Amino acid sequence: MRVIVTPKATVLDPQGAAVREAMQHLGMPEVREVRIGKYLEIEVEGDAAEVEPRLHQLCRDLLSNPVIEDYQLQRSEEGAE
Amino acid sequence: MKFAVVQFPGSNCDQDCLGALQRIEGANPEYVWHKETSLAGYDAIVLPGGFSYGDYLRCGAIARFSPIMQAVVKEAAAGKLVIGICNGFQILCEAGLLPGALVRNRTLRFICRMATTRVEVAQSPFTLGTPEGTLLRLPVAHGEGCFFANEETLRELNENRQVLLRYVDPAGRAVPEANWNGSVENIAGICNRERNVFGLMPHPDRACEERLGSGDGVRIFESMVQAVTDQRARAA
Repeated sequence: MRVIVTPKATVLDPQGAAVREAMQHLGMPEVREVRIGKYLEIEVEGDAAEVEPRLHQLCRDLLSNPVIEDYQLQRSEEGAE
Repeated sequence: MKFAVVQFPGSNCDQDCLGALQRIEGANPEYVWHKETSLAGYDAIVLPGGFSYGDYLRCGAIARFSPIMQAVVKEAAAGKLVIGICNGFQILCEAGLLPGALVRNRTLRFICRMATTRVEVAQSPFTLGTPEGTLLRLPVAHGEGCFFANEETLRELNENRQVLLRYVDPAGRAVPEANWNGSVENIAGICNRERNVFGLMPHPDRACEERLGSGDGVRIFESMVQAVTDQRARAA
C-alpha cells in the first residue's frame, strides 16, 4: 500500500516555498507552487479489503495529522513498477 | 503535592524541568518513565521538551501513543494540571488534549533565543501570580514551533480566552518582528477550554535562575503549586 500525506491548502508550507524559489532560480520561472508532503510504502499481509479500513484508521490517527494534513491511501497493484 | 516529569525516549529537558521544580517550594517533582500506566499519585504533570522518538513522522506523533499518555488523558479529564513545554506542547496537540498543531517555523530556521511573552489571561492555574499584560522573558529553542489553527479553532481560542501567552516585543506589543516562528496571532501558549491543560513553546524550565538570563519561568510553576494548594483548601 502507499500513503501520500500532504499539507492542507490552508497550512503554510515554508519548505515548499523555499523549493519553489530554488526551482525558479534554476531556470523554471513557470513553477507556480510546490507543496512538500510524505510518501510511505507499506507492506501488509492479508486481504486488502479487510486491511484497508484499519489502515485508513491509522492514517487518520498516526500517519497524518488531520488538523494540518490530508492523506491518500492507494493500493499498489501487484507487478506494477 | 507532587509533580510528575514524564520521560519519553528523546526527552532532553526532563532534567531542566526536574531541577527547576526542585527549587520550587512544595512541588516535589519525580521522574515518571513513559512506559508507566498510572499517574494517580501526582497532582500535576509535566511533559518536557526534547525530541521524543527523534521527531520521526511528526513532532510528538509517536510519543502520543506511549502508554503513559492514556494516564495523562485520564488525569487531564479528571481536572489535574498538565503542562507541556516545547515538545510536550507538540505531544499535547497530537494527543488532541489541545487544539491546533505546531508546524515548521516560517523562517525554516531552528530558533534558539530569549523571547519576550505577554500574559494574556490571569485566570488560569498557570498564570495566577501574573496579571494580564505581565511580560515574561522565556527562552525558545525549536524548529517546529509555528502554531497553526484553522479560523474556527482560532475564534474559539480567542472567545474562550484560551490564549495564555503571545510573543511580543520588549514594549509588550504583539508585532510580527517578535513572532519568531510565525505562529498565528503570535500565539506562544494555549490552554484547553477547562483551563487545566497548558501547552507552550517557550521554556519556563530554562528560565528559573536570574543568573542564567531569566527567572520568570518560576512564576508559572509557582502558580501551579498555588492552584493545587487552593484547590485542596477549597476541598477541605
